Amino acid sequence: MSNSIHSFASSEGKRPVAAISNRPLLELRNLSTNYISARGRRVVRAVDDVTLTINAGETLGIVGESGSGKSTLALTILRVLPPAAHIVGGQMMFEGEDLVQKSDAEMRRVRGKRIAMILQDPMASLNPLFTVGDQVAEPIRVHEGASRATAWRRAIGLLKAVRIASPETRVRQHPHEMSGGMRQRIVGAIAMSCEPRLLIADEPTTSLDLTIQAQYLNLLRELQREHGLALIFITHNLGIVAKMCDQLAVMYAGRVVESGPVSRIFNAPAHPYTEALLNSIPRMGDNRERLTAIEGQPPNLASLPPGCAFAPRCPVAFDRCRAEAPPAMDLGAGRTARCWLAVPAAAEAGLQDGAV
Amino acid sequence: MKQFIIRRLGYSLISLIVLSLTIFFFVRVTGDPATLLVEPGASEADIAAIHHQFGLDRPLVVQYLLFMANLARGDLGQSFYYQMPVSELYLSRLPNSLLLAAVAMSFSLLIGIPTGILAAVRVGSFWDSAGKLFALLGLSLPSFFVGLLMILFFSVYLGWLPSSGSGTALHLIMPAFALGWYFAAAHMRLMRSSMLEVLGSEYIKLARLKGLPQALVIGKHALKNALTPVLTLAGINLVLMINVAVIVETVFAWPGVGRLLYEGVSFRDFPVVQGVVILGGAMIVVVNLLVDILYAVIDPRIRLET
Repeated sequence: MSNSIHSFASSEGKRPVAAISNRPLLELRNLSTNYISARGRRVVRAVDDVTLTINAGETLGIVGESGSGKSTLALTILRVLPPAAHIVGGQMMFEGEDLVQKSDAEMRRVRGKRIAMILQDPMASLNPLFTVGDQVAEPIRVHEGASRATAWRRAIGLLKAVRIASPETRVRQHPHEMSGGMRQRIVGAIAMSCEPRLLIADEPTTSLDLTIQAQYLNLLRELQREHGLALIFITHNLGIVAKMCDQLAVMYAGRVVESGPVSRIFNAPAHPYTEALLNSIPRMGDNRERLTAIEGQPPNLASLPPGCAFAPRCPVAFDRCRAEAPPAMDLGAGRTARCWLAVPAAAEAGLQDGAV
Repeated sequence: MKQFIIRRLGYSLISLIVLSLTIFFFVRVTGDPATLLVEPGASEADIAAIHHQFGLDRPLVVQYLLFMANLARGDLGQSFYYQMPVSELYLSRLPNSLLLAAVAMSFSLLIGIPTGILAAVRVGSFWDSAGKLFALLGLSLPSFFVGLLMILFFSVYLGWLPSSGSGTALHLIMPAFALGWYFAAAHMRLMRSSMLEVLGSEYIKLARLKGLPQALVIGKHALKNALTPVLTLAGINLVLMINVAVIVETVFAWPGVGRLLYEGVSFRDFPVVQGVVILGGAMIVVVNLLVDILYAVIDPRIRLET
């Protein structure tokens, strides 16, 4: 098991886990991405003033409803945005360089090489007309200039590493000859092919069935451990967050409404939206007749209320919430929240609970 | 796969029989060929003799069954006007049509594919708008009009190109352009829409996320997928070009099968009209079948289906 993980390591040997241990691997500062309509009439703030950090080897979970900007945030980090989307402000410091300032050619050398991504739908994310081997070997050839034969050998090793049986046969097959779970592992192999420092997984298990989901999550964790990989895990499944993540960022209407260590947030959420999300998880032995849902509709990003975007659905909102959007408040202990009611004391309480 | 081909062959045969019935009866509505073949002032007896010679005095059903029986043996009959076998006439004209269609097809693909890709990759830009204008003109200007305009400009005004006939490469340019014009626009439009669809796919997003250069994303991952429908259309269009170039071949006096069909209709040369139409239909049927098989070769997913 462990030999296969190492078998595809490049000949240069392993990189140090973190060059400077106290510098975060990726630091997003006040990052904003807008969708701007053709004549600039409509502006949708898909990612709005997001500040987040992730350290080497750490797992950051990003949760939120559909349309909360999670996926746009991921695509912003890699700068693979649809034509209408533009990064309108902020910085993305990755290993000491600002990705926002990089040229397209420089950015292309980051993608797939230093930051890789796994998409949601394994049935759609592989090209149907090329063999699996070709698609896994491609980044190795492009980024490392490896020969066809070398890249192909590495591809076989990668398939082995993601637990694909008889990889020598599988490399020559096409995606349609494989199951969804296998295809998603192949997408994982593609992501790992150039040994990235950061892997962004956008709901990678949503379309897999439950047993395959668990296998896949374990595989990701093993790969992460073996390679000191930092992982950004985008999901709407709080169970997965609890299992996989160290840090958590909760997104609502393009903003990070709360962030911090998972255990502390789970024990004492500082934002009413986080609290509502946590309350909506059905529990074993729960004999309520109805599941708890968050009242109201998710906001329309094109016409957000002037104040806090969650105010219309918030049970504890007051006048100030509807007039003025709260800034990201530092609650201490690595926690932030965008809520007028969030006070450092809540973080204090969370700290105590978290120790249990 | 085998069963699929056999079933498709069966359907093809039925459509050819329907085609033969249709053309056989419709060509006889155009009038009596004998009146065009006799000297002016010929007697009733002369006309009756010609009717007897060509078997036109027999009941229609008998004529049709005889025609089909001969067709089954590969005999398309004798031309009334040229007094020689239709198959020989057809084969003597076919190389000209093939040449014209091949050049027109190359032209339409060389124009249609790159402009379609450009319009899709730069969607909404100047190039996209220019492409749309080109497609609109290509699809709405009839080939005879484009042909006549070209004759006016290149033959009459500039005197660069011969206005009609065949024999040299120069003779080929204008008819090929006039014939390929419409198809270039059709191929461009399909290429654009097919490319746009592929560019929006998840596997193209993943190809970009892998850090592949734009040339590889477009030229390898997107092109191969986007090309399949265009190739299908081109295959069918190639056969159409051979068989529907009637107007272009007539405008430029190009001696192909299209012009043969035109002559056949003008002289009420029933066997020629029937022969050209049936052979054209058979060609279209065969090429449709070949394209389906080619499809299966390009796209491995189709091999599983039958």
